[in-house]
Amino acid sequence: MLEFITSNLQIIYMLLLMIFVGVELIEKVPSVLHTPLMSGANAIHGVVIIGAIIIMGQADNLLATILGFIAVVLGTLNVVGGFVVTDRMLEMFKKRK
Amino acid sequence: MNSHILQIIYLIGSLSFIIGLKMLSKPNTARKGNLIAAFGMTIAIIGTIFLYEGIKTTNYIWIFGGLIIGSVLGTISAKKVQMTQMPEMVSLFNGMGGACAMLISVVEFNHLLHEYSFNSLPQGQVIIIMLGLIIGSISFIGSIVAWGKLSGKIGDLTLKIQQLINIGLLTIILALAVYISIFLPPNALTYFYIIWLLSAIYGILFVMPIGGADMPVVISLLNSFTGVAAAMGGFLYDNKVMLVGGILVGSAGTLLTVVMCKAMNRSLTNVLLGNFGGNSSSSSKSEALGNIQEINTGDTAILLKYASKVIIVPGYGLAVAQAQHVCHELEELLETQGVSVKYAIHPVAGRMPGHMNVLLAESNVSYDKLVEMENINPEFNTTDVVLVVGANDVVNPAAKTDPSSPIYGMPILDVENAKKIVVMKRSMKAGYAGIENMLFYQPKTSMLFGDAKNTLTKIIAEVKAL
Repeated sequence: MLEFITSNLQIIYMLLLMIFVGVELIEKVPSVLHTPLMSGANAIHGVVIIGAIIIMGQADNLLATILGFIAVVLGTLNVVGGFVVTDRMLEMFKKRK
Repeated sequence: MNSHILQIIYLIGSLSFIIGLKMLSKPNTARKGNLIAAFGMTIAIIGTIFLYEGIKTTNYIWIFGGLIIGSVLGTISAKKVQMTQMPEMVSLFNGMGGACAMLISVVEFNHLLHEYSFNSLPQGQVIIIMLGLIIGSISFIGSIVAWGKLSGKIGDLTLKIQQLINIGLLTIILALAVYISIFLPPNALTYFYIIWLLSAIYGILFVMPIGGADMPVVISLLNSFTGVAAAMGGFLYDNKVMLVGGILVGSAGTLLTVVMCKAMNRSLTNVLLGNFGGNSSSSSKSEALGNIQEINTGDTAILLKYASKVIIVPGYGLAVAQAQHVCHELEELLETQGVSVKYAIHPVAGRMPGHMNVLLAESNVSYDKLVEMENINPEFNTTDVVLVVGANDVVNPAAKTDPSSPIYGMPILDVENAKKIVVMKRSMKAGYAGIENMLFYQPKTSMLFGDAKNTLTKIIAEVKAL
């Protein structure tokens, strides 16, 4: 366990720093933007698709192929759907004359 | 060489997430921010497919197949969804991400069991996979339940000992996970599947008792869960872009959840325990609340036409009736008659924060007519007519006067300061919090019953006829 922590120290540093960055980034958000922001963040965590692509790409048995394929589909849904929905929401905030 | 390029791509991807999220939190840069994050995601995905070591070219067909199916389905459903159903949609997409993280854990655990004999399993990896499985499953199932509740497919369900069951279940899940990670038992896979099942059940029980009005908070929380689950994947593959994206959403999402709770003046625990209006409602239901006065569309039209200042308070009723376009039409009509019209936007009016803004913006209401609560409240004093369109709890004076009320302490719109209040509602039914609204019984309040869209259309006709 201890060895695991020390061998992944770089990642743990990143993890801690990113927590603070995340908090700093969205402090003082006007409530108007809560939902688009939630939706945008929702699309960003779709980055989990990369993991799905890795398991799919390395799949050498039936279980990994089936689950990997489903994971790729679901991950893509999250990413594409998430960004498109967010864009649709924000499109409405456009300044109009 | 390839792996170096990939690392640079991941670096750019991570940076685009940070910048994108930052820009998303400001109204005038938000849309660009979203596109920047999407760009980062695209290059990270393409980079992984072509440059990641160990991706078999024979599996390309599956990868691209999955990407195409997901993209088509995602785009269609995201384009087709009604503005009123946005929160459900977000919840559903969030669930997909959670499921993706969950499946990654399942495959990787099986993979580990193949590579190592059970007593030499790498503990750190087992823990990460376990966390990804638990959090991913809760997020997946929880989001699906939240989606079902928001779209009215699933009702609220509160068991008396719900909290006890939930805590018990979570304890068992964690205990099992710790047991597997420390002792690495030979039948680890069985335990693994039991944890999977229990996490899914926990996901159901976790969201089930939470009231529909609190769903946005829950979705935001589940959103940050999925972020953490994605970050677990980043840990597992030593993949920086997954780690950055996941943790950013995890921490920003948690903060956003807290901010949303604050906007409703409630604590997160309060939301999660699901006791919104559930407990204290039995008292004083049938007390003499006074009489209500009804008004018809003709009189309302007269009131509006001869007012000099009108404030419209939109609520969920407007969204349900899809009345935003008619509402905008009425506003324009009144403006041409020299009436000043504004909208008072309560931060939690509707079913999600910003719901009303999105809805009214959709029907081309100009941005500066939408006034936030703090800025509009001082203006009610000088307002002739307040037109409440399908809002209830956000204008309930009990939030200020009645300490026993479940919404006591929530900031509200001070509509009672206006000279005249017309409340458009479908019936006298209580709002989402399930409590009576004394505003309706005040002498200067008149009730106009009916579907918001029909009623507004009639009012427009009457104003024109005057």
